[in-house]
Amino acid sequence: MAESHAIHHHPALKHHFDNMEQQLEAGTIGMWVFLLTEIMFFGGLFLAYVIYRAVYPEGFAVASNTLDVRLGGFNTVVLILSSLTMAMAVYSAQTGNKKRLLLFLFLTLILGCVFLGVKVFEYRSKFEHHLFPAVGWYDWSHEPTHNPALASQARVFLWLYFAMTGLHALHMVVGAGMLVFLMFFAWRDKYSPEYHAPVELGGLYWHFVDIVWIFLFPLLYLLGFHLGKH
Amino acid sequence: MEATAVAAEPRINYLNNDYGWKSWLFTLDHKRIAILYLVSITVAFFIGGAYAGAVRLELLTPAGDFFHADTYNKLFTMHGVIMVFLVLIPSIPATLGNFLIPMMIGAKDLAFPRINLLSWYLYIAGAAFVLYAAVAGGFDTGWTFYPPYSSIYSNTHVIAAGIGIFIAGFSSILTGLNFIVTIHTMRAPGLTWYRLPLFVWAHYATSIVQILGTPVIAVTILALALERTLHIGIFDPKMGGDPVLFQHLFWFYSHPAVYIMVLPGMGVISELIANMTRKKIYGYKFVAFSSIAIAVFGFLVWGHHLFTSSQSVYAGMVFSVLSYIVALPSAVKVFNWTTTLYKGSMSYETPMLYAFGFLGLFVIGGMTGLFLAAMGLDIHLQDTYFVVAHFHYIMVGGTLMAYLGGLHYWWPKISGRLYPEGWGKLSALLVFVGFNLTFFPQFLLGYMGMPRRYHAYPADPVWQVLNVMSTAGASVLGVGYVLPMIYFVWSMRYGKKAASNPWPATGLEWMTLSPPPTTNFEVTPVVTTEAYDFAAIEEIRAAT
Repeated sequence: MAESHAIHHHPALKHHFDNMEQQLEAGTIGMWVFLLTEIMFFGGLFLAYVIYRAVYPEGFAVASNTLDVRLGGFNTVVLILSSLTMAMAVYSAQTGNKKRLLLFLFLTLILGCVFLGVKVFEYRSKFEHHLFPAVGWYDWSHEPTHNPALASQARVFLWLYFAMTGLHALHMVVGAGMLVFLMFFAWRDKYSPEYHAPVELGGLYWHFVDIVWIFLFPLLYLLGFHLGKH
Repeated sequence: MEATAVAAEPRINYLNNDYGWKSWLFTLDHKRIAILYLVSITVAFFIGGAYAGAVRLELLTPAGDFFHADTYNKLFTMHGVIMVFLVLIPSIPATLGNFLIPMMIGAKDLAFPRINLLSWYLYIAGAAFVLYAAVAGGFDTGWTFYPPYSSIYSNTHVIAAGIGIFIAGFSSILTGLNFIVTIHTMRAPGLTWYRLPLFVWAHYATSIVQILGTPVIAVTILALALERTLHIGIFDPKMGGDPVLFQHLFWFYSHPAVYIMVLPGMGVISELIANMTRKKIYGYKFVAFSSIAIAVFGFLVWGHHLFTSSQSVYAGMVFSVLSYIVALPSAVKVFNWTTTLYKGSMSYETPMLYAFGFLGLFVIGGMTGLFLAAMGLDIHLQDTYFVVAHFHYIMVGGTLMAYLGGLHYWWPKISGRLYPEGWGKLSALLVFVGFNLTFFPQFLLGYMGMPRRYHAYPADPVWQVLNVMSTAGASVLGVGYVLPMIYFVWSMRYGKKAASNPWPATGLEWMTLSPPPTTNFEVTPVVTTEAYDFAAIEEIRAAT
């Protein structure tokens, strides 16, 4: 103990940790455990998807074909790019380059907002075409080229689409808030090569949300791609 | 127990270092947060208990004379929801676990003190929603929330109750996350995994279940809320959905949730039995890994709740076999505890009486669980009072006995005072007798075919006698639960001051003062011995 008093403590070291390594390790394990809970959280919906897709393959294909692959594909590219800028932000924090850290956090935020903007546009078009699966709004008969017998199967796909992408979008909104938080403290010179755990952990979260989308895109958008544009 | 005189000089500890409501509501000290949890869980417990009292009152007579059928449905639903989600799931981890885990591993606090406080606020927010739903008119779906009743037909406050459970679930997740990180990263020098007290192992296993299971119930309740508000057809067969999917998702969490309740209890019992017999636990590694095995296998048995719900016979066979397998690690624990008692220097203070109670009741609860895991027999027993009796033997006879035993055992550490031993023994006796009188007749009623969740039953004299016994037992049980609350509060002012290690027991938590200072240890301890090394304790005591 006498020894540790002599060592200069980093101001970001919380009182209950012995040193910065222990604090970082705790934060990192904590974030991974949190992401594990997120996998289980999305897992319930993925399970429902697998079961209903096995039961209603036809309805799933035609309903998937109502989604716009170009918009979904564009959003996929946007998110992959945002993962790159997030990784660059973490690197900038490690190397202590404040300007580039702020720049890359900002770019990540912009890309996240672009994604959400496209999502709003897609949701609105679903509402306009009466494809939101709630009672009173849903009306499959507006889809003239599709078999009316599949209306109820398609509805199952559409609620899964809204639930899964909606939950994902919610995580994007939380991620955007987190980026604003990180930018604020980066601007206040809180982060340094010795202490930048929040940026690193934020990066883990952001990449996780991206990976969820990487699964959602083929499952939802590419399923009915072979049927061609209606 | 020794009541060693403590210097009259008031010493600064975690309780008296600061006063006023702010010092409690904004505290980051794991010990104070444990006290916050203890108080709120106790309040929830007496509310849930009042509902149970009303249920037992109605069943005193065969006719439905005290409450309407609809009211009765609300009573047992609110009893179940409050007791499961607001009492039993947080009970031992959030109070004893929160207080003791950092102390047992020689740390100053949990890894994330602010998340720890947040989890208490989430618990309070969840409880507020559930209690709002109860006060605004109640909800009547049963604690299982099965659709289509919960999604279409029930016109009670299902959404508010669901939101409450959703929020309280995140409180449970954050507690588990905090424990896992703390146990991994903050152990004192020399405290290897195999030197950890078994209480810590049990909580580690519990935390695994909490972080993997709870998110699933969260997304399930989310889906149920969407179904109920927007009617999108997730669980409605008329619209292409499947109500059995809800049952699968619900039990994927809610069966492991039973292990969230009982594993920490097993951890408490390991500490009590080792320290009250003054013997190292027989087969330490088996007891440690049986906790992990229960956590793992516990995730693979949910289908035994669906034997009569259109699940395929082959799936049922697999779930039945897996349910038998999960009984093995539980049996390993019971055998090892019993073997530890053999030739131990036992003392019969209150915590040990609760531990004995736990052993007997848990064995009965576990064995009757095997009845229900047998597919053929379950057809006869499904949804009868046999099931009710079985899970109360595990949850109340197991978890609550361990919780009370643990509270008595660590009370000198928590409060710095000794509880009155005579009253403690009386409460342990009342709880044991009252519990058996309440729930053993329910095994017989269930076996004779009395279904659960009805406010009236046929006027058969045998059925009524058994129901009267059960209600009488519930009254005794109620007294047994009120007593400790009274004398614990009494002891905080009038109890004798406790020495730092009054039992005396092993474990780092007893190496510091009672009540502990805010940072737990004045000097970070260095561990050089195995857990439950009584020889080392005697050496220290002889030296001082």
